[in-house]
Amino acid sequence: MTDRALAVVRSGALTTVQDRGRAGFAHLGVGRSGALDAPAAALVNRLVGNGPEAAVLETTLDGCALRPRRAVTVAVGGAPCPVTVDGRPAAWGAPVAVPAGGLLDVGRAVAGLRSYVAVAGGVAVEPVLGSRSTDLLSGLGPPPLTAGTVLPVGPPDGGRHARVDVAPQPGPPAELVLRVTPGPRDDWFTPQAVRTFTSGAYEVSAASNRIGLRTLGPVLERAVTGELPSEGMVLGAVQVPPDGRPLVFLADHPTTGGYPVIGVVRGADLAAAAQARPGTPVRFVAVRR
Amino acid sequence: MRMLPKIVPRVLPVGDDALLVEVSSGDAAQALHAELLRRRAEGLLAVREIVPAARTVLLDGVAEPARTARQLAALEVPSTLPATGAAVEIPVRYDGPDLADVAAHWGVAEREVARLHAATEFRVAFCGFAPGFGYLTGLPARYDVPRRTTPRTAVPAGAVALAGPYTGVYPRSSPGGWQLIGTTDAVLWDHARTPAALLSPGTRVRFVAVGAV
Repeated sequence: MTDRALAVVRSGALTTVQDRGRAGFAHLGVGRSGALDAPAAALVNRLVGNGPEAAVLETTLDGCALRPRRAVTVAVGGAPCPVTVDGRPAAWGAPVAVPAGGLLDVGRAVAGLRSYVAVAGGVAVEPVLGSRSTDLLSGLGPPPLTAGTVLPVGPPDGGRHARVDVAPQPGPPAELVLRVTPGPRDDWFTPQAVRTFTSGAYEVSAASNRIGLRTLGPVLERAVTGELPSEGMVLGAVQVPPDGRPLVFLADHPTTGGYPVIGVVRGADLAAAAQARPGTPVRFVAVRR
Repeated sequence: MRMLPKIVPRVLPVGDDALLVEVSSGDAAQALHAELLRRRAEGLLAVREIVPAARTVLLDGVAEPARTARQLAALEVPSTLPATGAAVEIPVRYDGPDLADVAAHWGVAEREVARLHAATEFRVAFCGFAPGFGYLTGLPARYDVPRRTTPRTAVPAGAVALAGPYTGVYPRSSPGGWQLIGTTDAVLWDHARTPAALLSPGTRVRFVAVGAV
């Protein structure tokens, strides 16, 4: 391995390699995966001069620590968090130079859940079906990072990183408002359940993960009690499992499922869903397509 | 070649740029899937993903969903399944721990389960559950079996299994509730191989009994 590499010193609760994911293989049972907060991943790539396809690291709540073998430019964005280089405070949301052998520490998120770390040249693990993303459901892509993992880094693109002090990024939501278009299986629920879905007070469940945002709140009663034959599932689909609590499918969702989908969350609202901590209030708002 | 009753698709919008096309049977869904692939290959359908399932085909990432929905509602689906290439042969040892239970459901001897299964031509109706896991149809409806009441926490890779109208082969070890009738050494999924999946929707499959039953 070349000296363009990052050694993982502290992996945090869950840190994975993510890019824009692997679309086009759902018919083989392969989900799309990819960064949950896609705008944040795109922003940190821009800050270090990477193309939008470059792979970044996605942390969960408590960050990670990395030691580059050679001097690199990095940027941390997404969930705001303290950033230090060899113990000295460094910028969040802006390019940061880390010397060879220096220690980059991405700290615990002060708000939100998932911080993103881009390195100039991108994380260059071997792609699987055209993507470097870790898919926690299917097991494709590199395993979640552990201390001692060494990640290859690609050649930087001429060092043309953005000249900004701090890039503006939306703050994590105090209340998660998710716009949903109804269907395709809203007719499997009672009219009361359909009203409850878009008027009830939900909150983010601690059982949420990269596969789905689970909620706690009023139970949605079914009008059709039979079993739904397995059908294709889209990103943002709100599936209602037998416990009656809506579950929003995120990037690592299964490609097919057998529980009815009452509505589909707008793609533009999923980045906020990725940053909502357990306990955050959730409202589903019906919109027309 | 199986003849099907006239297929009348029902088109349900899904979010802002997907359509779920529903038909009345699994055979009709397979015919619809083949027709949609043909239309995409001919440039008549602009879509990112075509995902067949039990009674539906999902079109995800549709360029013009409203116009496409109107076209699909009037779609004439040929009522025969198109011929596909040579059947994939999967060698099987019919040695699964649920062989006796399946034989009891079918009302036949265990070796007869193996004979009937290996004499059937299957077709991959759709994939899901895990990369490379195909839901294969072909057995007559009288051979449908229920899932196990208690799923296993670990089904080994290569397990050949039945549930409902389907046969499947586990690409890797995973929890599972299907009835295990045999084992294969065939590699169902290898992402370093092209194509990665041995089975994809529309593939014809034959199981070939190996070893003593």
